[in-house]
Amino acid sequence: MKKQSKPKVAFFDFTDCEGCQLQIANTGQTLLDIMELVDIVNFREVMSEAGEDYDVAFVEGSISTDNDVKRIKKIREKAKIVVAFGACATIGGVNGIKNRFPLEVAKDRVYGDKADTVNTIKNMPLHEVIKVDYFIHGCVPYIPEIVTVLKCILMGKPYVLPNYPVCVECKMNENVCRYEKDQECMGPVTRAGCNSWCINNGNRCYGCRGLVDSPAVDAAKDILSKYGLKVDDILQSFTLYNDSMGEKYDKEFK
Amino acid sequence: MTKSSNKIDSKNVKVDVHYLTRVEGHGNIVVDVKDGKLTKCEFQVIESPRFFESMLVKRSIWEAQHLTSRICGICACGHSLASVKAGEDALGIKPSEETIMLRKLLLYAEQMDSHILHIYILVAPDLLGVKSIVPLVKTHRPVIEMALRMKRMSDYAGEVLAGRHIHPISYVIGGLTQLPSQEGLEKLYKMMLDARKDTEQTIKIIKTLKFPEFQRPTQYMSLSSNEEYAMYDGDLVVNKGSKTKVRDYRKLFSEQVKDYSRAKVSTINGKSYAVGALSRFNNNSDKLNKKAKEAARELGLKAPCHNPYLNTAAQLVEWVHCLEESIIIMEKILKDGINENKVVVPSWPKRSELDKIKYKPNTGAACVEVPRGSLFHEYTIDDTGHITAANCVIPTNQNMGNLEDDMAKLVPELLGKKTQEEITLDLEMLARAYDPCISCATHLLDVKFV
Ligand code: SF4
Ligand code: SF4
Ligand code: SF4
Repeated sequence: MKKQSKPKVAFFDFTDCEGCQLQIANTGQTLLDIMELVDIVNFREVMSEAGEDYDVAFVEGSISTDNDVKRIKKIREKAKIVVAFGACATIGGVNGIKNRFPLEVAKDRVYGDKADTVNTIKNMPLHEVIKVDYFIHGCVPYIPEIVTVLKCILMGKPYVLPNYPVCVECKMNENVCRYEKDQECMGPVTRAGCNSWCINNGNRCYGCRGLVDSPAVDAAKDILSKYGLKVDDILQSFTLYNDSMGEKYDKEFK
Repeated sequence: MTKSSNKIDSKNVKVDVHYLTRVEGHGNIVVDVKDGKLTKCEFQVIESPRFFESMLVKRSIWEAQHLTSRICGICACGHSLASVKAGEDALGIKPSEETIMLRKLLLYAEQMDSHILHIYILVAPDLLGVKSIVPLVKTHRPVIEMALRMKRMSDYAGEVLAGRHIHPISYVIGGLTQLPSQEGLEKLYKMMLDARKDTEQTIKIIKTLKFPEFQRPTQYMSLSSNEEYAMYDGDLVVNKGSKTKVRDYRKLFSEQVKDYSRAKVSTINGKSYAVGALSRFNNNSDKLNKKAKEAARELGLKAPCHNPYLNTAAQLVEWVHCLEESIIIMEKILKDGINENKVVVPSWPKRSELDKIKYKPNTGAACVEVPRGSLFHEYTIDDTGHITAANCVIPTNQNMGNLEDDMAKLVPELLGKKTQEEITLDLEMLARAYDPCISCATHLLDVKFV
């Protein structure tokens, strides 16, 4: 019997820190298992071969130059499936913060009188430029979720994103709520799926997985007012990852 | 990719590596030799700029660590630590001895993680004549499994100590948000002991590989300390010379922007310099622990070493040093425990407390040694605790000029002896030896002979 050919998988990165790709290397033994199931044909960070023929494109990083726009469109044409991999790709990530400064100011601050040599445009998540088939949220993505999405792709099934807030996972993990501890937390409006990673480690949620669809804004406002806060007080935190989605999110909250 | 010419032309060589692979980030190598003269020799960083220094402006100093760890996925712990140290310097906060001990543990874990990744996944394929580890998974399976096991140990350390290795969660200004679990620490300790065997094996393997011969003495900069092999703290030295305080780093080196590259290039006394494992080894090898010294002897590495390709060997020596130092710290922790009150910042960051802090406008600076060399963060804060100016100087930028100078010396030495294809590979290997991290530099490599 002829063996069915394995799906060819390629990794691409745009404006990013490469943490998402490294997270794949951090799957350890799972990495070897994954390599049994797929053919990795392009992974610049770890291999010199560059395959141009691929079925699934994992794309990390946000779109922030004209060249990025051209490149991502080409990748979309070739790939059957495009996966937006990590916060930069799914919601613009921390790179979005630059959108709040006039580009000239940002360039000047870093590159001084050589600022003119720098090509940069507004920072965008992938789906603002191309159609995206799968979203893996998070900065960095949570390994169990990466594996789940991979399985869905291999089985040809959609991956249904959790559509409840991080608070749900946080309560299941029996953490003391940050608000009880006189802190703030983005958990009430942030999409779950990370198993409340940061709160489990004594920190707070910063909203790296973006906003849940139709967030319970009123409930969130209630929590805030219970602790003497207004939406504006926590919006500054939200800008950390979500500035590229600012307009959409502003509408939800205002 | 470049077209190969089999006939050796000693007068004309063009290298044009577009998007260098097996490095962190995006970069090009462009070399042009016309009529026997080197007319172009550039290492171009073509990463899209990310503007972290700009992004930090107007953000709370308490958020800086969270944000700056995102500069780089591979040195996320180093960026976090440089950031919290600079923040503490600006705020006048002194962390406890215990906190510093745990930070060192995290820093050593990151050194190990990155070094092993570099040695096995990025460099070894060149020395074995293959293009990546992918074919090695079939031909050298036990070695690859060993490499992943070693990586897993150091990665697990990040997980236990800080919640995760990439973008650590619990290490913040003043201390930790949470203590590592006893169970996790015990498991980690066992993994560390087991890693000793893999380490011996790795030294045997690397010993047999042949690194290219090339010599160019340069200025080697690193932290240096009287107490220990400096990684977390110390003063800056160049070739074991006089000491400069970290706060005065701008007096020691200066940064320029080049037209063809997104990364800034730094110089000392107008000349290029190197940072990283080899620089640290050259300046501080007498402070290595016993096992690391033995490893250096076995690998034939002696300070001062002027062959940049041997940076990889220096990384392996540092792996041994970090592993043994970590084991010592772990044994102390498992014996004495950690005093939570001295380490954990209660309710970080508490709103009511934050609101009461009286901030003094100030500038704080810090340096830690990350796998690729000295990393600097500097923040200026205003009287509300918000950042008004930031500067992050990363190792790749500092190495860039030195790499170009190495290439400029190397290419003429190879002319007439090697084909264009071989020269290209040697240049790629040279760049990889530096383990450039272009995501930080804003991102790295690709060789062009134009
Ligand atoms: S999402 Fe986070 S980890 Fe992934 S590339 Fe962006 S900054 Fe790095
Ligand atoms: S607000 Fe934060 S800490 Fe509180 S339950 Fe929700 S996720 Fe957990
Ligand atoms: S807790 Fe919040 S910030 Fe942390 S990983 Fe989950 S969504 Fe991201």
